[in-house]
Amino acid sequence: MMSQKKSRRELVLVGLSHRTAPIELREQVAFDRARTEQLSRGLLANQIVAEIVVLSTCNRSELYAVQSEACPSDTSALESNFAAIHRITPDSLNGHLYRHRNGEVARHLYRVVASLDSQFLGEAEIQGQVRDAYLRALSLGMTGPVLNRLFQAALEVGKRVRAETGISTRPVSVAFAGVKLGERIFGDLKGHCALVVGAGAVAEQVVQHLRERGVSRLLVSSRTREHAEKLSQRFGGEIVPWELLSSLLAAPDVIVCSAASSERVVSRAMLEQAMKSRGNRPVFLIDLAIPRNIEPSASELYNVYLYNTDDLNGIVEENRRARAMEVPAVEGIIAQHIGKFEAWQAAAELAATWAGLSQEEKVKLIEARAEQIHPVSLEHRRRWIHQTSALLEAERDVDRSDASGRPGRMRSSMRALRILFGYGEERS
Amino acid sequence: MNTPIGFGTAALYALSLVFYVAYLYANKPRIGRIATACLAGGILLNFFNMVERARLVQSVPYQDLYGSMSLFAWLLGLTYLGLEVFHRQRSVGPFVLPFILVLFLVAEMGPSMPSSPPPARGSLFALHVTLNILAYSAFAISFVLSVIFLIQNHVLRERRPGATFWRYPSLETLERMSRSSVLVGIIALGIGIIFGFVWVHRIRGQIWEADAKEIASLAIWAIYCSYWWLSQTTAWRGARASYLSVLNFLVVIFSYTIVNVYLSNYHRYF
Repeated sequence: MMSQKKSRRELVLVGLSHRTAPIELREQVAFDRARTEQLSRGLLANQIVAEIVVLSTCNRSELYAVQSEACPSDTSALESNFAAIHRITPDSLNGHLYRHRNGEVARHLYRVVASLDSQFLGEAEIQGQVRDAYLRALSLGMTGPVLNRLFQAALEVGKRVRAETGISTRPVSVAFAGVKLGERIFGDLKGHCALVVGAGAVAEQVVQHLRERGVSRLLVSSRTREHAEKLSQRFGGEIVPWELLSSLLAAPDVIVCSAASSERVVSRAMLEQAMKSRGNRPVFLIDLAIPRNIEPSASELYNVYLYNTDDLNGIVEENRRARAMEVPAVEGIIAQHIGKFEAWQAAAELAATWAGLSQEEKVKLIEARAEQIHPVSLEHRRRWIHQTSALLEAERDVDRSDASGRPGRMRSSMRALRILFGYGEERS
Repeated sequence: MNTPIGFGTAALYALSLVFYVAYLYANKPRIGRIATACLAGGILLNFFNMVERARLVQSVPYQDLYGSMSLFAWLLGLTYLGLEVFHRQRSVGPFVLPFILVLFLVAEMGPSMPSSPPPARGSLFALHVTLNILAYSAFAISFVLSVIFLIQNHVLRERRPGATFWRYPSLETLERMSRSSVLVGIIALGIGIIFGFVWVHRIRGQIWEADAKEIASLAIWAIYCSYWWLSQTTAWRGARASYLSVLNFLVVIFSYTIVNVYLSNYHRYF
């Protein structure tokens, strides 16, 4: 006997991000694998939520949940568990948490996955992080129809946004811009040789990118041997003695300079000689050092492409502006998907309402509706009653797990609802 | 636009151009596919257009300058499509399509009147003409690729990349594509010239007539061979070779227009 007729299961979001919380707090509430699982299991076991996904990155800790029917409609239970798992008082979250419901949750997640909420517009990592968070929850059986729908749609949004807008096409970090420029010259960097002179954070990032792109040979040279050894160990490169640098300039196609040196490390004459021995095959030089390691006039040499820190910063700045101009297009895609999600949610709620009715109530409803229908023909009316009773038959053995787990069932009951109430006809 | 087919061809080429340009700026794969589909449709209609023209003039479709331009547009489209499929690169399309469109439009504007049939018959002759125009198409594409190379090279050296900079192929790819299409051109032109000599020997009994077009064609063949060779040497590799490719194509245009119309005795239209 179903006592609760109205079974509204709200989709809620509780969380904080770099926009609302300082790094100290974000560190405290970061979820590792164990905590994610512990919290999720606890919430499900205590019937606070019916579905849950925990999204935790260095910028955010968020709980996406469908509240269970038994639970009060505010998010206080969720919040106190959120605080408890990290062993902090709920008060310390005050003013840092944001809470969203239903369509707003969808908007938030779509914006997150589209990188509009990230520190860098258009960054690609968040797509993978959302996917991993979702897949983990899915494999643990912690999601249901609502969160499955929400996250699959979100991943679709992320994919579309990156494919259809220019939000992530142009590089916005100095290191990545450097590597991308190299690709504009050589195409695929596989099979090319690179040389790193000196060490530095940005230079290391460049080397990392180069390695990821399959640079076949990496030469490392530094005045201090330990630096060179550290770099070569980390990225698997060959150490070139500092004194032999000039004789080895002909080999690499990409040269990254970041040595702390008051005098020039690579002179124009050295490069001229190197170009001769490499048959004028193009060479791409990135000079990240200040003062500069490479004689600036070397850029006049034929087939020599020389970029310094300012050049790269200028490009990055320009690309950031270009990405910002793509935001309206991204918002457009998001708006489309929010509309879709809300329509789906409304329909799902209707289906849930139907499922919550008792058999007699359903029969009564159908009969009342049948009265209202103008009997076009006897045949028409018979067909209609046949269809709705088929629905009732189907409904009888749809238990909750079935309804949540099998989209086919869900669809058939949705179809029957459409017949009954005329719902969704304008939309489909 | 004399016929519905002609109109349809021009419309498809124009649409294709619009979509290629849109693709360059919007970078949506779907737009790129539409551009390619329009081009393929245009090429198909262009073919039927040539068949119709041939039926109308009761001769080969390249009987006059306009017919030969239609064939040029068709082969250019075909060569480019091959290149696009082979290298999976759509970003060159916005530069090739204007050539195709202009060639086709000029061909369509001209009269297609039946002319007195010269001894321009036979499969040997057809191969001679088709192969030579195929070579011109390949050279035109190499020209376009070289122009893009020079623009990209300039941007890279000035260190001020703009919006479309990131969408073009790399310098090395452009160079490779240009060289491969020149190779196609050299082979096609070489065989085409040999067929020409064989054909002229067959009807006149001698091979060398010192016709201006013969000299120009051999010169074009020689300068493209030198490009092919120089573009791999220390001194020429890169921008210099691309300048050479651009210059070479100016000679092709000279041969196709001035030499055809004013200087040659019997090569009037191709």
